[in-house]
Amino acid sequence: MLDPVLARHLNPLVGGLFLLVTFGLIATRQVLAAVRIFILQSLLLSFSAALLGLVNNSFHLYAVAVITVATKVLLIPLFLRGRLGADMHARREVTLSVGIPSSLLAALALTGFAYVIMEPLVQSADTDIIVNASVGTAVLLIGAYAIVVRREALPQLMALLAMENGAFFAGISIAPDLPMIAELAAAFDVVIIVVVLGLLTKKIDERVGHTTVGDLDELKEG
Amino acid sequence: MIQKIGFNVLQVITVMLLAPLLKGILNRWKERLQSKRGPSIFQTYFDIWKLFHKDQVFPETSTWIFRITPYIVFAAPIFVTLLIPVLTSYPLFFAFMGDMVGGGFVLALAGFFATLAAVDTSNPYGAMGASRTRMVSFLAEPVFMMVFFTVAFVAGSTIPYIVQQYWVESLSNFFEPSHVLIIVAFFMLIIAETGSIPVDNPSGHFELAMIDESKSLEYSGSGAALMKWAGSMKLFVLLSIFCNVLVSPWGLASGQSFGEVLIAVPLVFCKLLAVVTLLVIVESSFSKLRLFRISEFLSVAFIISIAAVLTKLLEL
Repeated sequence: MLDPVLARHLNPLVGGLFLLVTFGLIATRQVLAAVRIFILQSLLLSFSAALLGLVNNSFHLYAVAVITVATKVLLIPLFLRGRLGADMHARREVTLSVGIPSSLLAALALTGFAYVIMEPLVQSADTDIIVNASVGTAVLLIGAYAIVVRREALPQLMALLAMENGAFFAGISIAPDLPMIAELAAAFDVVIIVVVLGLLTKKIDERVGHTTVGDLDELKEG
Repeated sequence: MIQKIGFNVLQVITVMLLAPLLKGILNRWKERLQSKRGPSIFQTYFDIWKLFHKDQVFPETSTWIFRITPYIVFAAPIFVTLLIPVLTSYPLFFAFMGDMVGGGFVLALAGFFATLAAVDTSNPYGAMGASRTRMVSFLAEPVFMMVFFTVAFVAGSTIPYIVQQYWVESLSNFFEPSHVLIIVAFFMLIIAETGSIPVDNPSGHFELAMIDESKSLEYSGSGAALMKWAGSMKLFVLLSIFCNVLVSPWGLASGQSFGEVLIAVPLVFCKLLAVVTLLVIVESSFSKLRLFRISEFLSVAFIISIAAVLTKLLEL
């Protein structure tokens, strides 16, 4: 069994990898890769939750880890595969409105910005809170940026989920004793969001023939 | 002091003799993973041996640059070997003659001459390959800079031995996010610099698609042998910097006795084989990137290295 001291050392590592994986989300062009990155990101989130659970001796964070694995690593990808299989396995490249190198630089700037705005808030806090709150905020901002840049429905959904992961990543450090009911509600919220957006995407696909929602920017009369 | 010079020389001999074997194993394993039989692991030695026994032919238009380039390209990795820990975990005689930036410069000098020689042949493929190599290396340059910068910032020095000492000190230093990010960024750099997939296909025979290989197309005889040998030594040197300085100093000799240093040779080689395995897996599971996608690959490496500085700077 890991001891809390080692867990405290490992948590920044998980935080760094979490940020790295999110950069990967910006750098991919294929839908399937984005889904895999989301799975990896969720796994890292659950690792961090488990480590913080060990540090804070909090049962709730272990529950977060288990719920995250159940919903985000298993349920959501399975659902997406079932509903939007063809769209997900498409070999084509996602249309982007900004090139990948400039997007990466923007993501880097957002990370720096996240650190700057979080600094006064976490000044006297533990390292865990500094790591998780700053990285979480950075991932939140990068996810929002990815939604703006991607022009297709499914990648936008993945970016939204990444954003949600970022918020959770910050949340688990700030409120280690969050009541279980709130965690359950948040976890199932995500599943419902995915179901609703997945069905919406499916409908758009049926109506329009593709899911490049970036092109759907004008109304047609008649 | 004599002993330390001796170890330094032993280090150079190790690199010179084992580098073709490492390259041979890399090629063999790659083919095996793709369900082919693959060449013998000693194939690189056979190639070098064969080429040394052939006559040299020089292009009519070429000048002295073409002639001296193989020697410079061959000497560069040897000089770098003197600066880095290959077998011992304590500094040797030449360790403080130059730091990692110095080593980078020496390798860049070899690259510079190889480029000049490729243009010197007036073979259009040479110049094309040269310009592409320049493109890859100027994109790799900022990553190199950031990696060195981070290393200097974290460990307080760019001398490889000191960097290595810092990261061995305690486990928590090893698990620092900046350390892990630097490892990832440097691995991507190795892929770009040694011309492996996804940046370049080293086993391709199609001149139009070549990046690294087309520079030495015009060489024959001992010139070609030196270029080939130098290529495998460069791989060996980069992998030993990666392994010994950045990842783990496991297997390096810490004692002063000759026997201990000699035992370090197979141990370090085993460690390099582990990285070669990783390289083989990467090379077999990705396809070669289009030329203008290489900038994306290297910009990811750049961002990772900046993130490493950032996490350290803000004391993550």
